[in-house]
Amino acid sequence: MSEHEISVVVNGARRSVRVPSRLSLADLLRDKLGLTGTHLGCEHGACGACSVLVNGEVVRACLMFAVQVDGDEVTTIEGIGSEDGVLTPVQAAFRDCHGLQCGFCTPGFVVTVTALLERNPAPDDGEIRTALSGNLCRCTGYQGIIEAVRSLRSGVEHAD
Amino acid sequence: MKAAPFDYHRPETIDDAADMLGALPDARVLAGGQSLVPMLNLRLAYFDNLIDIRGIRELSMASTLSDTVRIGASVTQAEVELNSDLARSVPLVARALPFVGHFPLRNRGTVCGSIAHADPAAELPAVLVALGGTVEVTSTSGRREIPAGEFFLGTWWTALKEGELVEAVRFPIAGDRSGCAVREVARRHGDFAIAGSAVHVEVDDAGCVAHSGIAMFGVASTPVHAREVEELIRGARLGDLDIEAVGAAAVAGLDDIPDDSNASSLERRTLAAVVARRAVVDALSEATR
Repeated sequence: MSEHEISVVVNGARRSVRVPSRLSLADLLRDKLGLTGTHLGCEHGACGACSVLVNGEVVRACLMFAVQVDGDEVTTIEGIGSEDGVLTPVQAAFRDCHGLQCGFCTPGFVVTVTALLERNPAPDDGEIRTALSGNLCRCTGYQGIIEAVRSLRSGVEHAD
Repeated sequence: MKAAPFDYHRPETIDDAADMLGALPDARVLAGGQSLVPMLNLRLAYFDNLIDIRGIRELSMASTLSDTVRIGASVTQAEVELNSDLARSVPLVARALPFVGHFPLRNRGTVCGSIAHADPAAELPAVLVALGGTVEVTSTSGRREIPAGEFFLGTWWTALKEGELVEAVRFPIAGDRSGCAVREVARRHGDFAIAGSAVHVEVDDAGCVAHSGIAMFGVASTPVHAREVEELIRGARLGDLDIEAVGAAAVAGLDDIPDDSNASSLERRTLAAVVARRAVVDALSEATR
């Protein structure tokens, strides 16, 4: 099995690591870089818990090999939130609208919603549901999550 | 790590990729990986060598030629979906893309990869068959073109020979008086279809069907070219369309409909007739609007 030296910008910091070819991007982030906010649910692309941004586009970290992001920029939930614990508007909306319960799926949802609003700041209900259809939540249900996105669309202020 | 061990290669030219594919044992092309990587993770598939073609600049172009749109092998589904010029030129492709997985998957998944993967319940292979598109393939022994009708041989099985890689696919550009539709039934949005239909129609000045391209998916081991429906609706107008006959013609030739936990053969046959007639009506309504 081949090993590769890769250089990737993760949450703004350049990281150089040696990876076996079969190491997934998710395992690179979690096991080698200690960024355990990216959660692994199904590990075959169905659940969306491991969603991260690669060059600004939301992707499944379980469906990429780490070696494929050589030269790319990766943003994880740690890079979206702030170190001092101040919530982003998306995170604050999830909290205020009861968009999470156990929280396992939440990083994937927050990354996906952040990317959605970047591309489309005022999604209609159908667009919200379509954008979230690739992320599974097994406890809250989806109404609170959708409500959180709706509140962002209509400019409701959420205290951080 | 879930995938079995493999060596990873990242060629920068098509020729290098073809050389590698010809020389390396048990080698497979990796493009977007949105079908291949899940199969590797589940160990439904394993290869000694993966050749990542995303670094090959020549494969990253989608362009409009005189009468076709040519999409290179590393162009993602999202790139096509978000390109309004391409969507206007090949509207059936644009209409099908929202059904392909979810948008995070389309950010990586490629149009050519979905076609090369040849899942019989996937949308893009059916669109290629409906439109009579062409697959351009290359290898160390040269280039050749494979018509859509000859490309799909079975589940995950195509006319690609050992050492050949898909370089691009071409879809004919739609005429002015045309309409198209994709209809499918799936457990959830983004899942593979239980049964689906992709329809393109062109009408004459009187609103009669001059030409159509229709394919069914999810109902056999390959996408199915629904010639009987094309024959049936030739010359027909929306108002005098016998939609029951359209549904019946769409499933008439199907004799090996999958029977699994998602749906029995009978359910699939029933649903296939429904999606076919709805797609034909949608497409024809759009063409005569």
